[in-house]
Amino acid sequence: MQILKQAIAGTLESSDLMVKVAPSADDALEVIVHSEVIKQFGAQIRKVVDDTLRQLDVRAGSIVIEDKGALDCVIRARVQTAVLRAADASQPNWEKLS
Amino acid sequence: MKLRRSMLFLPGANAAMLSTAFVYKPDSIMFDLEDAVSLREKDAARLLVFHALQNPAYRDIETVVRINPLNTPFGLDDLEAVVRAGVDVVRLPKTDSAEDVWQLEKEVERIERAGGREVGSTRLMAAIESASGVVNALSIAKASPRLIGIALAGFDYVMDMQTERGDGTELFYARCAVLHAARAAGIDAFDVVYSDVNDEEGFLREVELIKRLGFNGKSLINPRQIELLHNAYAPTEEEVEYAGRVIAAAEAAERDGLGVIALNGKMIDAPIVNHARRTLQRAQASGTRQ
Amino acid sequence: MNALEQLHGQFPDLAHLRPFAGAHAASPHLADPERKAHRKLAASLEDAIAKTGLKNGMTISFHHAFREGDKVINLVVDTLARLGLRDLTLATSSLLNVNAPLIEHIKNGVITQIYTSGMRGKLAEAISNGLMERPVQIHSHGGRVHLLQSGELNIDVAFLGVPCCDEFGNANGAHGKSRCGSLGYAKVDAQFARQVVLLTDEIVGFPNVPVSISQDRVDYIVKIDEVGDPSRISVGAARVTSNPRELMIARFACDVIEHSGYFNQGFSLQTGSGAASTAATRFLEHRMLKKGITASYALGGITGSIVDLHKKGLIETLIDTQSFDTVAAESLAESPRHLEVSTNEYANPSSKGTYCDRVDVVILSALEIDCDFNVNVITGSDGVMRGASGGHCDVAAASNLTIVVAPLIRSRIPTVVRRVTTIVTPGESIDVLVTDHGIAVNPARPEVAERLRAAGLPLMDIDALYQRAVSLTGEPQPIAFTDKIVGVIRYRDGSVIDVVRQVQP
Repeated sequence: MQILKQAIAGTLESSDLMVKVAPSADDALEVIVHSEVIKQFGAQIRKVVDDTLRQLDVRAGSIVIEDKGALDCVIRARVQTAVLRAADASQPNWEKLS
Repeated sequence: MKLRRSMLFLPGANAAMLSTAFVYKPDSIMFDLEDAVSLREKDAARLLVFHALQNPAYRDIETVVRINPLNTPFGLDDLEAVVRAGVDVVRLPKTDSAEDVWQLEKEVERIERAGGREVGSTRLMAAIESASGVVNALSIAKASPRLIGIALAGFDYVMDMQTERGDGTELFYARCAVLHAARAAGIDAFDVVYSDVNDEEGFLREVELIKRLGFNGKSLINPRQIELLHNAYAPTEEEVEYAGRVIAAAEAAERDGLGVIALNGKMIDAPIVNHARRTLQRAQASGTRQ
Repeated sequence: MNALEQLHGQFPDLAHLRPFAGAHAASPHLADPERKAHRKLAASLEDAIAKTGLKNGMTISFHHAFREGDKVINLVVDTLARLGLRDLTLATSSLLNVNAPLIEHIKNGVITQIYTSGMRGKLAEAISNGLMERPVQIHSHGGRVHLLQSGELNIDVAFLGVPCCDEFGNANGAHGKSRCGSLGYAKVDAQFARQVVLLTDEIVGFPNVPVSISQDRVDYIVKIDEVGDPSRISVGAARVTSNPRELMIARFACDVIEHSGYFNQGFSLQTGSGAASTAATRFLEHRMLKKGITASYALGGITGSIVDLHKKGLIETLIDTQSFDTVAAESLAESPRHLEVSTNEYANPSSKGTYCDRVDVVILSALEIDCDFNVNVITGSDGVMRGASGGHCDVAAASNLTIVVAPLIRSRIPTVVRRVTTIVTPGESIDVLVTDHGIAVNPARPEVAERLRAAGLPLMDIDALYQRAVSLTGEPQPIAFTDKIVGVIRYRDGSVIDVVRQVQP
């Protein structure tokens, strides 16, 4: 899936996260994770984000996460929402999202 | 028979509530993709609910999703997401006729086949929110074997009737009509939400009314209302004691191969035994009334 | 040879006795009408400090009855810094977010050692990250008095903010525009400090009644613009909640109390300052009425909801070391059975008698609790200090039934963990854990578990609660610490129960 434009999903409320997605200049994939619980769950959050991007076949783009202690299922949903918005995908493929 | 007294509404776009709501243990949890979600967040809420439904934390609780009407740009996507995610019950808003249910049923079956889900495993409920819906309540209630219940939704209904929410007079006919349709069809009936969460007395007065009318339960908008509702629906100790004796008499009659059940020399028929079962089920769930 | 010489001759051991030298020889201020009445009034804070003779390396103390509304601690330390004092030991009953300006004074060497029951916000974060050379000594409210009594902690000058006092130093917190209620912490400092300076924004006519801090303990009095903002006492810690999850936990806690075996006529209770703990009082009322019983006393931080039960006749006496809101402060002024007590009377383990020794049921909160029921109320699970020991280990050790209430997870942070980051209260003092996901009873209290089970309460093993928590959040990675010790957790008897290390930068 190709990141065509900037998009945002989520909020900065507790137990949620904000995901900002943008096209990358050099066709690289750059993921930055900030989190309130980075010390305890940084690696786990990174893994969920990477898995979700891989499932959506995102290979290039800038992904910036501002996490407020969200559970994995929320992280997955927010990353998917932001990517789908950035890719202008009106018909999601549900099998790739679960 | 599944106990459905409390159906807790959760706004589908609220990540924090989706992450904790299962702890309140209502009889059913209803994720809302319709009125509680702004147009800009429809896609986000759909994905949040899609993942929440698959979270093991919701495994032990009946999940309901209120989708957007199928004639909006969101309805079908909602349905795709939630049926594939394994929702227990799809709640259709603004149901005006049996055709609305048939249309939903057809789409559900298609998605079940496409998604490899057992056909028929997705149950439905219909929310009645208009004068037509109330008038057609019986045909709606009988429209599909997938239906587990029908619900009255008060906000749109009173506007359609050119009145407003008050002491309940404005809902008098609709409540009776929806309830009778549900009972005639053999499914559950749910009452409207009570929106002033801080008015416990007003809430309990309304609960007392709909319980006496015969509703199975009520839609709730705040977890604080769950315990109040469950307690109001809990039987008294005397009722539990009597129900226990009814069931014991029924079991004794069954054991002895008697066609007639008797308690203290009086004959007891099937509706009384069923009522006793419901009484014990409520007591088992929430104890006796405090 | 006069009489005195004769006395010295006959009894050489009495050679030090001096002759009479006039009525005012030892009290010259009595000869001066101006000084006689007003001698304790200092012209300014600087003047008072100069009069005490405070020097580098000495120990100063404060109380925290105003909590987030305190205006005294920062003012006094700022002034001491300006006067060039250095290397001071700061002994406060506690520190809060409002005390963040102390960071500068630690950096500048004004404060080099701290004794406190807790810390929050930026100050706590800076200290956790290694701001100080010497570790902070974290004590409980009762343990602080023990340290004063044992001589480890010697206060040279106590600077105590009071809402009103007369010009001889008779002070209380029940009156005045900044009324904060109980002066339970300050009473101890007034008793143990070598010199006592009262700061007040209201000097009233002599004699000021009631007397919480008495004139015979007070050296100097300074009038300042504002000692504290009472409306900020309840900020942060002691909240009234409408959060459904906190209310549900509170209801479960009341279920536990009701069926614990301790819910009898004349029982006594303490509810801590957490939201669920405060909310529990709401549900207790109904159950007390239903059973037709009343409580003999409620102890501790007193809240408006406890006062409400007192006014309704359901709690006979309130024993108050800290008034948590304006309602409690008002009640202290009005109710004859609302008693102000010092932390020595409240919880000092070496006191001749404390109220916590006779408490039946206490509800406490926790940042973390582990599978051995050890409780952490001082560090977050990221290893950074952000709480207070308070009276936690004091009441837990003394009461008949100690209930800890906490949500199983906070956002993604599990509360029930395999091993707490820092032990403040040992698991042997904790009897029941109440969470939103279930209730666990310490295996050391099988009779309590039996009673709760008989009442139909759904009990879980604490290990099962832990498993449930990590099934939702995932297993947290262990926090990396350096070797440097930044905090010493003193148990109430002065012993060291744990240390806090600097978090890895």
